[in-house]
Amino acid sequence: MDSLVTHSSILAIAIPLLAAFIVPLVSKVGDKARNTVVIGALALAEFLVIILARDIYLNGLHVYTLGAAATDLTIPEHYMVPVRIILEVDAMSVFMGIITTTISLAGAIYSISFMKEETGGDRFYTLLLLLAVGMLGLVFTGDMFNFFVFLEILSISGAALAAFRTRFGDATEGGFKYIVISAVGALVVLFAVGILYSQYNLLSIAALAQAIQYTALDKIALALLVVALAMKLASVPLHMWAPDTYSVAPAGTTPMIYVASQACLYGLFRVLFSLYGVSLDTLTIGWVVIILGVLSMFVGVTMAVHQSDIKRLMAYHAISQSGYMLLGIGVGLAVLADPQALASYGREAISGGIFHIINNALYKGLLFLTAEALFFALGTRDLNKMGGMFRNMKYTAIFFIIGALAISGVPPFNGFTSKLMIYESVYNFSPVLAVIAMLVSILTLASFTKAFQSAFTGPALPQHDNVREVPKPMLIGMGILAVAIVFFSLFPSLVVDTIVTPATDALIDQAGYIGAVMGGA
Amino acid sequence: MASLSTWSPIVLVVAFLILAAVAYFFRSRGEPRYKEGTAQTQVFLAGEEAPEPDKRHIRAHNMYWGFFQALKRYYETTMNAHTGIINDYIIWFTSVVAITAVIVFIAGMV
Repeated sequence: MDSLVTHSSILAIAIPLLAAFIVPLVSKVGDKARNTVVIGALALAEFLVIILARDIYLNGLHVYTLGAAATDLTIPEHYMVPVRIILEVDAMSVFMGIITTTISLAGAIYSISFMKEETGGDRFYTLLLLLAVGMLGLVFTGDMFNFFVFLEILSISGAALAAFRTRFGDATEGGFKYIVISAVGALVVLFAVGILYSQYNLLSIAALAQAIQYTALDKIALALLVVALAMKLASVPLHMWAPDTYSVAPAGTTPMIYVASQACLYGLFRVLFSLYGVSLDTLTIGWVVIILGVLSMFVGVTMAVHQSDIKRLMAYHAISQSGYMLLGIGVGLAVLADPQALASYGREAISGGIFHIINNALYKGLLFLTAEALFFALGTRDLNKMGGMFRNMKYTAIFFIIGALAISGVPPFNGFTSKLMIYESVYNFSPVLAVIAMLVSILTLASFTKAFQSAFTGPALPQHDNVREVPKPMLIGMGILAVAIVFFSLFPSLVVDTIVTPATDALIDQAGYIGAVMGGA
Repeated sequence: MASLSTWSPIVLVVAFLILAAVAYFFRSRGEPRYKEGTAQTQVFLAGEEAPEPDKRHIRAHNMYWGFFQALKRYYETTMNAHTGIINDYIIWFTSVVAITAVIVFIAGMV
């Protein structure tokens, strides 16, 4: 068991990667065998992430050096700096790992029924697994170059998945837009990494964090990294690709592509807190993040209310919800250099933002799946053509209600808990920001009331007489997320104490992140 | 966490269940002897004949009309910014990089 824990971080990446390449071969045997391999690989990855998480919560940060005599030998003999590929997994990374594997597993199960109606299952599942690999690698890596590599993996696989249904013109367009903005974003990240490497001859995040001087070039690299990652996470005004992409991605993969954006959000936090950390002008950069957050919240939700395409509506809400996370983390960052404010409300703001990441991944994932279930059953995403679906699709309707109440921050759902943490802490920093956040929540509820009324209530429409509930695997995929939402709603303190607070502490603890790799160097 | 120490979802769930039980009690006191398919179960629209289901259902584009009218200028501006043209996305990106870089440099000089 100890050996499994030691190698769990690399195995969680390697197993889905291996499965991705095996899938086309296994597909020749049959769909059932292929599905078993895909689900098995993702379930195993989830298991490995969970045992890794347990180890991290008990023993602290996990470091894994590839190719070294011992996995924790980060700096080779006669060297002053790390040169090998290092995975550095702290409570924040493993928190994202849990989200990634859970959503990937739910998405893969949900996709089983959907893929029965489609051709190219071998390619679909290969891409789905590669997307999971890209996300896990991105959140586990401890060096900037591999950060770029995994960013590319998730971008390419995400774009190919978005464009998977090539028979729809908008799918090709959505995939094309995603790959263009991803390529631009990734190249800008690579350019920033090059700037840092040219000055310090280092790629390890920990080694760079120790050496960084916050020179003029470092500031340019910072601006490039912040904005490139903000574009990948679809922050306003860099969000316009997101509705085009999220709305066309096939069933099960939309939540994954969305979580890929959340992985980029993690990347942004890692850059700000662990790479630059206290050397940063935290107040200024904190406000930059806050402004991006407020814009995302407000523009996202107002655009969402206006939509009649259910998946575009969901996509704009995804943008809006990312704003809450940016707001919480931005406030925490703005007061990072002020120990009193940090202890008084900054830590809670960061915790609220982090808690909102997992809550949002769950209910946004569920809502994307319910939207796709409606499309699967009705063949349209247009809310104007829907109505009375509660009669035909009871389970989907119930899942939709759970997701909608959670995202709108209605008590006692989990969205309320993380928003409450954000409201209270942000109020201490700036009451106006807290009021805007609450207003956005009200508009979110209004928007989902519209979606629910249009799709599920009203008289039974004759053209939908033959519509039936979606197949069981799709219900199971939604059910996994719905159960998780209910659990998170009923036991928020347990969740916060177990996974959110350690993630917050890990994010703030730059010295611990550096020390785990650099030791006394 | 300060906010979580005062928040108990279980209490709210229990309160909801009690209220649901009270509501169910009152509902069960209602008239059970109605006849399906008669005027008793038809839509009542001030005595007028109810339109067909297709005409009766309020569609998504009809909702919040007043809200959108009140914010017409905001929506016109915002919609115009969403051109759907990828070149514009990259222009936005370049502009935000430039603005952020200027902010970071100016803040460093102050």
